[in-house]
Amino acid sequence: MADTPHSPAPEQPPRDATGAAGPASEQPLDTRVPERLGEWRPAEDVIEVVRSPAPGASRGTWRTFRETARGLRTTFGQILAGPTTVQYPEEKVAVFPRFRGRHKLHRFEDSGLEKCVGCSLCAAACPADCIRVVAAENTPQDRVSAGERYAAVYEINLAQCIFCGYCEAACPFDAITMGHDYELSDYDREDLIFTKEMLLAEAIERAPLRNEDE
Amino acid sequence: MLLATVDYAEEWWIQVIKAIIIFAIALQLVPVVLLAERKLLGRMQNRYGPNRVGPFGALQPLADILKLLTKEQFRPTTSVGVLFAVAPVISILTACAAFAIIPFGDTQNIFGTEVGLYGIDVSIGPLYLFACGAIAFYGIMLGGWSSGSKYSFLGSMRGAAQLISYEVSQGLALVGVIITAQTLSLTGIVHAQTGMWFFIPQVVGFLIFLVAGFAETNRAPFDLTEADAELVGGYNTEYGGGRFASYYFAEYLNVLVVAGVVATIFLGGWLLPFGIHPPGWVDPIVVLVKMGIVTFLFIWARATLPRLRYDQLMSFGWKVLLPLATLNALVTAIIVVATD
Repeated sequence: MADTPHSPAPEQPPRDATGAAGPASEQPLDTRVPERLGEWRPAEDVIEVVRSPAPGASRGTWRTFRETARGLRTTFGQILAGPTTVQYPEEKVAVFPRFRGRHKLHRFEDSGLEKCVGCSLCAAACPADCIRVVAAENTPQDRVSAGERYAAVYEINLAQCIFCGYCEAACPFDAITMGHDYELSDYDREDLIFTKEMLLAEAIERAPLRNEDE
Repeated sequence: MLLATVDYAEEWWIQVIKAIIIFAIALQLVPVVLLAERKLLGRMQNRYGPNRVGPFGALQPLADILKLLTKEQFRPTTSVGVLFAVAPVISILTACAAFAIIPFGDTQNIFGTEVGLYGIDVSIGPLYLFACGAIAFYGIMLGGWSSGSKYSFLGSMRGAAQLISYEVSQGLALVGVIITAQTLSLTGIVHAQTGMWFFIPQVVGFLIFLVAGFAETNRAPFDLTEADAELVGGYNTEYGGGRFASYYFAEYLNVLVVAGVVATIFLGGWLLPFGIHPPGWVDPIVVLVKMGIVTFLFIWARATLPRLRYDQLMSFGWKVLLPLATLNALVTAIIVVATD
């Protein structure tokens, strides 16, 4: 198999006014290497040299044959190595502990009261403007959160959310955190607006958690 | 002038039944090869390959073919209608015709009738094969030209040059075998391999024939005719639906034909090593297994080798394969004459 090296075409040497480089000229071809062109030799890019595979004809042919055999061995070896595909809907990729998936709202474990006090700091921090909070006063008859006020409406539009985690960072009461759920596609945009009840509900953890050393 | 003789001819109705059976077998083998190729390529690239349609993806080829056949037939306004429709037919027809001479076994006694397990046993076996291959070239050439598209035309031009170049080496690679076997009949060649398969004394011929076979069937690393990356699919760029399915079918059937010829000529056909003589019904299975092994070589080479550059393809065909094939034929001839 022929192998012709492609060197980048060097600049043409400047021809003098007498037309020394023309084929009709009696002058011998100037083969001196111009200083600025370094290793360039004029004949090399003009004459096509078909080379046998290096080194030399017979050893080169043997090398080509051997390299082909090596390639065949490599591909066959990959059959034995086995596939690395994750069969996605059945097998899920494990997420890292700090993976930012769907949000969760939290309650106090002892009293069952909501941690969110409706301060709207998350909505203020949100760069995508996807959180809507409407606060209301707690009354002694109807106590929803631990603070003075609570979130009467808490909606996150997951179609807009960029999962940056700023809401989580802005929250002074750790009421909102980013969960691990990443399977969030839906057929309807309205279905992607998650209400407070949906965010408070125990999330179905469909994504497995990655181990420390994974 | 007698051009060719048929060594063993049956009643006409047996021939008709055999033709139908051979066509049916070819039709069944193509999806198997298709699936095997995709599965093996997948494994060689550390993935599973198709595994969703049916158990282990076994119905994937069926789904593919159904998809293609239910598609709309259309052609570019620049195309030449009749030739555009005829070209895939030529391809598929010659591929099926070439399949007819591959012997799947010796003559068998089926229900009291002597039947040869092959389409025809002509006295010009390999020549018939090359004739079919030469006509198959028209399928590609006409398809590419009548599409009226630059990419198709480029693909078919490459195909023309490639097929002509490699047909020479392929033919010469068989000369050694024919000199040794002293016959052109494929069943005769199988019978001549009773002591030793021609794979051993004709190993050079075997390799040349296999490599030229890769080129003749437009398979990697000689798939310049299709060159997806450069030509968007080459000669079949403008084809879709059933016509594309025919081209696809013909391509894989050609692989099977080359595999069958290699199995017959170099790997002893239906013979088993160490003088084992199984009952007659095992013969087709033996041939199919050998064809499977050769087909695996096709797939393996496709997974391994990158596509050759055009000048590499030409210089490899004319400067390496052709001298080697000539030398092989010459050396074989000298040895045969010297030991006669």
